[in-house]
Amino acid sequence: MTTKMMGAKVQRVEDERLVRGTGRYVDDVALDALHTAVLRSPHAHARIVSIDVDAVLDVEGVHAVWTYDDLEGAMAEPLPLLIPHPTLTQGRTQYALAKDEVNYVGEAIAFVVADDRYIAEDALARIAVEFELLPAVVGVEAAREAANLVHDDVPGNVAARMEQSNGDAAAAIAAAPHTLSLDLKIERSACMPMEGRGTVARWDPDQNRLQVWTSTQTSTGVRAAVAAKLGLDLGQVDVITPDVGGGFGVKIVHPWPEELLVPLAAQKLGRAVKFTEDRREHFISSAHERAQVHHVEVGFDDEGRVLGLDVRFWHDHGAYTPYGLIVPIITSTQLLGPYKPGAYHVQFDSLYTNTVIVTPYRGAGRPQGCFVMERTMDAIAAELGKDRADVRAVNFIQPDEFPYDQGLIFQDGRELKYDSGDYPAMLDKIKELVDWDNFESFREAKAAEGKRVGLGLACYVEGTGVGPYEGAHVHIETSGKVKVATGLTSQGQGHQTAFAQIVADELGVRFEDVEITTGDTRRMAYAVGTFASRAAVMSGSAIHLAAKRAKEKALRIAADALEADIDDLEIVDGVVSVKGTDSSIPLGTIAVLSNPLRYAFDEASKAATQFNVGDPTKPPVAEDDEPGLEGKDFYSPPRSTFASGMHAVIVETDVETAEIRILKYAVVHDCGHLINPMIVEGQIHGGVAQGVGGALYERMAYDESGQLLNASFMDFLMPYVTEVPESIEIDHLETPSPLNPLGIKGAGEAGVIPGSAAFAAAIEDAERLTITAMPISPSELFALRAAQKESK
Amino acid sequence: MKPAPFDYVRPGSLEEALQALAGHPEAKVLAGGQSLVPLLSMRLAAPAVLVDINELPDLDHVNVGADGVRVGALARHAQVLADADVARVQPLVTKALANVAHATIRNRGTTVGSLVHADAAAEMPMVLQLLGGSLDVVGPQGRRTIPVEELYVGPLESSLHHDEIAVEAFFPALAAGTGVAFEEIARRHGDYAMCGVAAVVTVDGERVVAAKAGYLSVSDIPAVVDLTEALDGEMTNASLARAADAALAVLEPETDIHATADYRAHLARVLTARVVSAAYQNAREEQQS
Repeated sequence: MTTKMMGAKVQRVEDERLVRGTGRYVDDVALDALHTAVLRSPHAHARIVSIDVDAVLDVEGVHAVWTYDDLEGAMAEPLPLLIPHPTLTQGRTQYALAKDEVNYVGEAIAFVVADDRYIAEDALARIAVEFELLPAVVGVEAAREAANLVHDDVPGNVAARMEQSNGDAAAAIAAAPHTLSLDLKIERSACMPMEGRGTVARWDPDQNRLQVWTSTQTSTGVRAAVAAKLGLDLGQVDVITPDVGGGFGVKIVHPWPEELLVPLAAQKLGRAVKFTEDRREHFISSAHERAQVHHVEVGFDDEGRVLGLDVRFWHDHGAYTPYGLIVPIITSTQLLGPYKPGAYHVQFDSLYTNTVIVTPYRGAGRPQGCFVMERTMDAIAAELGKDRADVRAVNFIQPDEFPYDQGLIFQDGRELKYDSGDYPAMLDKIKELVDWDNFESFREAKAAEGKRVGLGLACYVEGTGVGPYEGAHVHIETSGKVKVATGLTSQGQGHQTAFAQIVADELGVRFEDVEITTGDTRRMAYAVGTFASRAAVMSGSAIHLAAKRAKEKALRIAADALEADIDDLEIVDGVVSVKGTDSSIPLGTIAVLSNPLRYAFDEASKAATQFNVGDPTKPPVAEDDEPGLEGKDFYSPPRSTFASGMHAVIVETDVETAEIRILKYAVVHDCGHLINPMIVEGQIHGGVAQGVGGALYERMAYDESGQLLNASFMDFLMPYVTEVPESIEIDHLETPSPLNPLGIKGAGEAGVIPGSAAFAAAIEDAERLTITAMPISPSELFALRAAQKESK
Repeated sequence: MKPAPFDYVRPGSLEEALQALAGHPEAKVLAGGQSLVPLLSMRLAAPAVLVDINELPDLDHVNVGADGVRVGALARHAQVLADADVARVQPLVTKALANVAHATIRNRGTTVGSLVHADAAAEMPMVLQLLGGSLDVVGPQGRRTIPVEELYVGPLESSLHHDEIAVEAFFPALAAGTGVAFEEIARRHGDYAMCGVAAVVTVDGERVVAAKAGYLSVSDIPAVVDLTEALDGEMTNASLARAADAALAVLEPETDIHATADYRAHLARVLTARVVSAAYQNAREEQQS
């Protein structure tokens, strides 16, 4: 019997390639390509009076220089607003190259194609642009004040105002025995994948076809966008996503200006053309996330049970809204976490500022929501003098209440209805992992050494695996090898491994005989993309279903060939046999039989001649059948699955220097059935590291004029391995999802969500002062201490 | 992030290198390149010529004598850091080097290059200043020794002439009855410090005879403060507080995106106490051994 692969800690097959530096990324493709560079706005807000590119034309090695005036047709229209929403009444997107006005430092103005990137950058320096400076709007406060406008025709800088309610929150708060108001703030950060954006395109004049390689989270999305903007038929465009050095959300945005300009240049110049983003460009011309300001009103009873919750928040959307309202909608719905808030009302304003656009970054609005809800829980506990875990427990949705309807509409336009979970059991596990009940004695022991420690806890629920669909194609070759394609892309998650595990189990083939291809529109033209922790749920389920179809066909043919009943067959290690006999046929041979060819090429064909299948009185390919041993299927769920988790952290805050040290970090995580626990734990480790970054290190330091002061890895402080916990204690809970055949939920983003909430709680607990804004640096903690001292 | 065009020469002798420099007023010397290359890539510097001195003979030495440590212009930080004789004769050099950036940078970056770059946030210029060392340079007029008191003339500015090449730094040996200590506080491991302090304390029995401290990132040019008078011979909480006051009277911490001026001043105070008392302990142990 083949060992069951689902749930096994299978070593990632990708690692050999990726860790040894033999991965193949976009920049490794088409070494003969021309290179490009983009002139980016040095000003946060300005009108373009004139652009003079004459001096560039003399530069040797320059093949083209374009500004907005060189664009035609759909290319001269604004970039698409990918996800419209009825409340996004003032949606705005930029042009591939700025027309008349720039709205953030980094906005693309001109595009140069040259022999190499050095020459292209030399050429940029020769472009003369005359600007008329306009006042910049930077930060939520300035956007709300609206003394200046980002877009002349958007009053109040408000792109959208959205409101949702479940019950009468105001009345519930007014009637509650206790109330609190809180103001809570999170700053900007960004995805910062190791590999920035990148696109290569090659136009084939013989085939009249465009081939595009791009570092994206959605190859089908880029394909549709390129075809539409360049006026090509979809069938003329292939988009291939090779290895991608991290996405974390930023690469779901598409098309980037360069994703259109590079293919256009390839077509016009008849040469392969390449854009490889550098780090400074990534800082100022990709996307950021996280900045929001929140005001909370909460009413609760003597036990800490929330009776009414009213949240108003302001979302810093940057200069444009290409990805719609996904981030603030997620905050507004997912902040409820594992709790039943009684009545709930939420309203947000999405505000324009003269800064880099804001689109989802791993967690996508949830870290802010979790921070708001968990700070509220801690404030209630403090107000009532109760244990912080107990206050959470009285608010939990109970295991027998699933499916639980929060009475709101989620980011996918579907009901916010939790499928399954067991939050009380999870709380027990995290308390045990972090020794919650004995923390006070630990605190006293540390205090005796002159040290100050604190413990924080944060809980979250994450809607994962959003639709609409993914598909898969499984092809069993005559060699018996299994080739699987799914359309969404991979950025290092371990899809090749996890998906192969699913196929091996379902088909009964050896894991190493399965090969997975992702993100190649030639192999699977219908797909959505890799975001919202959806790959395992969506493509995993689709692959399972497609493998099942291939298996059904294999068994049908095998039954015919072996003259046996289908129910008596089993597949082990790629061989179908009649149970309890030595009558058998390999899948490769079945693949030969499935395709009634006229010609025999190889040993597999000869081996098949001993079997006799089909009815000689009927056509070789039956009416409802097709040649080949394949299975294709799509998975489309009614709504999202809801994963959950709890993090606890113990910190030491240096009494003298206010440095913040992590003594212990513990995670309990529930993503339903685990396909590969090693991969899930790796996702958690990476997420926690990003959570540490968001809580203690990272921020986008914009000055008042909209200049980003820390646009390099020297000053934008991503944690090194020396800054993340040496070990992370992880425990799993598995409450399967009823929504998909494998009972799985997403795991990609989870690790980052509760970081700021947990650290804020731990630092507050250590310092006995209120933390309302994250991230926090030692310098800021020092200032809080000084302010507290002064107020006493 | 590609440099503007530049010419590149890689001379095989010091004479050729000096000629290359003399011929090009816009030339820059390239040794380890750990500061220069990022500046080039970001186009913050655009020299017409790079004179790469990595092929020059006989400059990668670390010579340790009874009087101190002599570090050649091509000796990498890592090489100096790993040298046990350096740690014995002048342990402050070793202690400070362990805080210079990361291993990969120390493998390529040169100690003399860091001294010439003259960054007041960098460890080695401050250490040279604190120890009262010197830098030997060679120019068209021959070789001269620049005492450290005359080396640092402004922010990121040394008194080297454009046509000179630094060939060797000298860090004086630890005197008898003297102890040293170093500590810095950075946002992340290996980053430039928000504040860092090194101290050299000389004792006679329990009494402090002399004490000096050097400071990182709280002044424009490498700062050294004599704390002998403030300590008034004793090592107590009160004398350490006086020492910190004396230091802060001289230092000029500034606010940036990583730390406020107040916080840096606070760190200077905390670290003065920690590091001066650690240097004192080190001196006492030194004296007893």
